[in-house]
Amino acid sequence: MRFMEPKIDQLRVSKVLSIIENDTEEARRIIDELPQRDYFVIGVTGSPGAGKSSLTDRLACMSADEKSTAVVAIDPSSPFTGGAFLGDRIRMRRATDDPEIFVRSMASRGNVGGLSPSIYNTVELLGRSGYERIYVETVGAGQSETDIVNLADIVILVLAPGLGDDVQTMKAGIMEIGDIFVVNKSDLPGSDQLFSRTRAILELSGKQLPVVRTNSIKGNGIEELHKKIGAILEDHVDSGRLSEKRRKRNLYNNLNSAYQIIKEHYAENAKLEELIKYLLENIGRESK
Amino acid sequence: MKIKVLVAKPGLDGHDRGAKVVAMALRDAGMEVIYTGLRQSPESIVKAALQEDVDVVGLSILSGAHMKICSKVLQLMKDSGIGNKPIFVGGIIPAEDAEELRRAGIFEVFGPGTSLKSIAEKIEETVKK
Repeated sequence: MRFMEPKIDQLRVSKVLSIIENDTEEARRIIDELPQRDYFVIGVTGSPGAGKSSLTDRLACMSADEKSTAVVAIDPSSPFTGGAFLGDRIRMRRATDDPEIFVRSMASRGNVGGLSPSIYNTVELLGRSGYERIYVETVGAGQSETDIVNLADIVILVLAPGLGDDVQTMKAGIMEIGDIFVVNKSDLPGSDQLFSRTRAILELSGKQLPVVRTNSIKGNGIEELHKKIGAILEDHVDSGRLSEKRRKRNLYNNLNSAYQIIKEHYAENAKLEELIKYLLENIGRESK
Repeated sequence: MKIKVLVAKPGLDGHDRGAKVVAMALRDAGMEVIYTGLRQSPESIVKAALQEDVDVVGLSILSGAHMKICSKVLQLMKDSGIGNKPIFVGGIIPAEDAEELRRAGIFEVFGPGTSLKSIAEKIEETVKK
């Protein structure tokens, strides 16, 4: 194993990310000084224990063969103590052993949408630092943690057998945001049923979205998934959907940053904070 | 500002209960704990410390290889350019070894029976300085 001689200066990136997590105003200054670059954000979401981290590990290693790759993995902060137990690196042995892949854990710090307050600036900094593929793993999502759809160019929804019947897959929220559906743990009983059920539900809702079966421990199906992601991203580039997504991401970033700056510096001005929060929650709603 | 701690368990044994108990206690003390799990090499520990930009590194060692592991981690920390992050060690460490580890640059050694509260307090005090 080569040790610590990656193309991108990880120490610098790492230190700047800490500033981004704690001081949004300074974060924006630093980011503005760097030249804009093209990058793709691949969102990975799904229930706790569905296998998001292991899958992200596999995907990141695959894309690292072609493009410089970073992973941001978010786990929840305690609403009681503010502390967090960030354990996604455990499932990312391959990616964390790859000297070129940058892996960062983040706590959700009170964000309820499945991401963290500084995620937009984090992703922008990684992009401008030279990472071309950025995987964002959300917190284990229940039903309504759907913020990833505003951040990512493509959302991978990871499902695993044993987490409920087909009524669960018909509910509003998280099932509406996937661009690719993954039935992970394909070796477990119930996987066949989940696969056909997922396809049936998608058909019912008139969506022609790919459903891929994977086993992220053994690696089955990962290559197929990786290819499908690539194909969809290419499609998005051609159809102009990608530039629309980016425009939106930028908008969300600006609003989110404004909200953070207010929270960090003018917390006593509660009304202003509410206004921004309202804007943040309602922006772009009609177009979704 | 949140304190970020890396809790890692180097060595080839599977005794990770202590590391988990400490990690959860630090979480309950309001810290953000990055837990990397069992069988970490000194290289992967230092890489994690670098990528996560933690304030403190905690190592749990029960295999008896603490002298070798700690000197390797200290060396790699220096080479990586991370700077002087305090390293805490917990586990079964004989008193004379603990003394030598402190001399070598390990910030503190916590033996069996150390209260979880005092570990959290020590870390807080060290980071805030």
